[in-house]
Amino acid sequence: MASTATQRAPALGAGEMLRWFWTQLTSMRTALILLFLLALAAIPGSIVPQRSSSPIRVNDFREAHPNLDRIYQPLGVYDVYTSPWFSAIYLLLFASLIGCILPRIRQHVRALRTPPPRVPARLDRLPEYAGAAAASTAPGLTAAHAFLKGRRFLVARSENGISAERGRWRETGNLLFHTSLIFVLVGVAWSNLYGYKGSAMVVEGQGFSNTLTQFDELRAGAFVDTNALEPFTVILDSFTVSFETGEVQRGAARQFDAEVTVVDGGQRRKELLQVNHPVRVVGRSVHLIAHGYAAQVTIRDGDGRVALSGPVIFLPQDGNFSSAGVIKAPDARPERLAFEGFFLPTAVVDDRGPRSVFPDAYNPELFLNAWTGPPKKETGLPENVYSLDTSGLEPVQLNGDLARFRPKVGEHYTLPDQMGSVTFDGWSRWAKLQTSSTPGLWLTVGSIAAAIVGLCLSLFIRPRRLWIRLVQDNDGARFEAGGLDRADASTGLAEDVRGLLAAAVGDPSPNSDIDRDHAAVRNQESEGEQ
Amino acid sequence: MTTEVLSNLAMVTAAVVYLLAVVAHAAEWASLRGVPVLTSEQTETYRTTLARSNYWGRLGVGLTMIAAASHVVGVVSRGIAAERAPWGNMYEFVTTLMLFIVLLYLILLRKAHLRWLGLLVNLLLTLGMGLAVTVLYVAVAPLVPALHSVWFIIHIVAASIAGAAFNVGGLATIVGLLKARSERRGTAQVGYLARLPSLERLDTIAYRAHAFGFPLWTFAVAAGAIWAEFAWGRFWGWDPKETWSLVTWVIYAGYLHARATAGWKGRRAAIIALIGLVSFWFNFIGVNLLLNGLHSYAGI
Repeated sequence: MASTATQRAPALGAGEMLRWFWTQLTSMRTALILLFLLALAAIPGSIVPQRSSSPIRVNDFREAHPNLDRIYQPLGVYDVYTSPWFSAIYLLLFASLIGCILPRIRQHVRALRTPPPRVPARLDRLPEYAGAAAASTAPGLTAAHAFLKGRRFLVARSENGISAERGRWRETGNLLFHTSLIFVLVGVAWSNLYGYKGSAMVVEGQGFSNTLTQFDELRAGAFVDTNALEPFTVILDSFTVSFETGEVQRGAARQFDAEVTVVDGGQRRKELLQVNHPVRVVGRSVHLIAHGYAAQVTIRDGDGRVALSGPVIFLPQDGNFSSAGVIKAPDARPERLAFEGFFLPTAVVDDRGPRSVFPDAYNPELFLNAWTGPPKKETGLPENVYSLDTSGLEPVQLNGDLARFRPKVGEHYTLPDQMGSVTFDGWSRWAKLQTSSTPGLWLTVGSIAAAIVGLCLSLFIRPRRLWIRLVQDNDGARFEAGGLDRADASTGLAEDVRGLLAAAVGDPSPNSDIDRDHAAVRNQESEGEQ
Repeated sequence: MTTEVLSNLAMVTAAVVYLLAVVAHAAEWASLRGVPVLTSEQTETYRTTLARSNYWGRLGVGLTMIAAASHVVGVVSRGIAAERAPWGNMYEFVTTLMLFIVLLYLILLRKAHLRWLGLLVNLLLTLGMGLAVTVLYVAVAPLVPALHSVWFIIHIVAASIAGAAFNVGGLATIVGLLKARSERRGTAQVGYLARLPSLERLDTIAYRAHAFGFPLWTFAVAAGAIWAEFAWGRFWGWDPKETWSLVTWVIYAGYLHARATAGWKGRRAAIIALIGLVSFWFNFIGVNLLLNGLHSYAGI
């Protein structure tokens, strides 16, 4: 069967193929399938860790599941939302959407300019129909006209009848909604191409300038000149954090208050930066997005000179801010020094090892191992300050074991063999400040607002067409009225048709003389509603 | 008695009374089992049977109202005890969503004669409130700083009302599917289902509930995104909660389109609506319990 069909089918030219493809793509069925594909495709990104939000968890996952990783890595499962297949689905969906609404916009504009369609020849074929004899005293079409006007129908009179229509705005709303969705995407694309997000970890008392070199992390769109970011500086004067100490939700964050000084074009001003209250500087937003502890340490080298003094940032590893970090003193002589370990704000050591049991700094301690080695050549290459490259370094030994230091604030440890010493002078907090520029945000938000307005119009307006006609035939004069709903889930069409007829007939109880064709159906319906 | 204890007591009372309402509505349903729809020749026994069923139904509604009153007291006094809007953790979200569901049901009961939804609504309320007071319960505590925002109120109220509409719509869809099945099996003229409104009417009610919920859900997701811009400096970050709220949105968008597409109307569209409801619930609870993201609140 199939083969004969193929033989008979005329060959499609390239243009016809394209046309066929376009018709398929813009059909509602395809749109539905693409919608479900989009929903399905979004799910893996919520289950598998994503590089964009948690790169560390991606690495952990890859190490823990090497077999899955072999499949996930080439499929782009760690970057679902920028993967080719996800992009393909939403781009096809939007292509389908555009293809669907463009002709409809054209049609709708034309429809808005035309009056309600003329009275159909056979009103009794409509879903709702009623007729009644017209007495000579009947108020007639003028009264029907007034009835329709009173119900805010758009009305067109013809010689013997009236056409009426309402709810044309439904399609307007529908098209507004779908058009707005396109602009939501345009706004997002604009923000991605012309916007940037840069973040820096700033220790209390220090600041950062909005330039490329000062960011720990910078994600900029393709059209951003990262060498010409708006020049301003934010100084973190103080950073107050408090945690729940009561029984309920113990350890939950309660307050983050960052007092900052903004230096912008020579002007200084003080601002309070909080989680839901970003600071605006020259059209950019500065957000407080993370925080942690920095240890104030002083490292003296074997020659007794200070090789390092100042705050060293530790990165929180858990909810109680057990934080990992690296202290590097590359300038220490004769041997360079490095320390690796933990900052524990409320330290305990138990059978689970050293850890912090509360996020606030009630009993801060450092847990450090030391490394030493010959001085390294300056390469000028940037180095990750949060991890230690141990090549060329030896762990410091003490009594045949790895040397471990556990200084509390103010305590001082001397390394064996006169290699130097480490002092834990104190701690301060750091805040991760993020500058962001989202130039298309207003378009995205505005389009969403327009989309919601359009959605409400398209869902809550119920378009309806009503007609009435005066018929003269052998049986005498009679009125015929009919109606049609152009949206499903509408009710009240029968009432409107009966009301229209009653207005023309001049009968206050419209049921008295109506054709009974549809009466049975109506009765059933109203019974069902009881 | 502190306000917090009053709140707990009221919530537990509500859960128990919802359970009683389930029993009453089940009796309403069961007492018509096998009873045919007679229009003429109604015997005395027949009328007594109908009256008994009706009695159970009215009792069910009365119990639901009592439970709802207690539920209101529970949620309001929780807010008073916490000195903030009572939406800081999963326990508070679930009890609030359940409150919106029962209020929506009671409003529709008056406006659209929705008593046939009583069994399923009360079943859902019993499950929801039962789960809340036993598993999800946490004592009153202040909010984490990320929740200190007006968007907090806007986002959650919109999401809860939309959720209530989706749940009521979903339950109406289930009733519609049950009735459609009984009609396919030829048992349409017997029992409780036979006395329900027509399939078209059930479908209309389900559709209207969803159509009411969908723009609100759109708004809730958008409000969440605006809030995220203020709190975290990004509008949309594919956090699991964000992802699943979009998935839910897309499924319901699919439902609305399916209703207008030949070959998808009716049963298929109904099933899509139910998939939407599953997605809503997974987003509401599953994401917090199973997935790692920014919406994991203190406690649960």
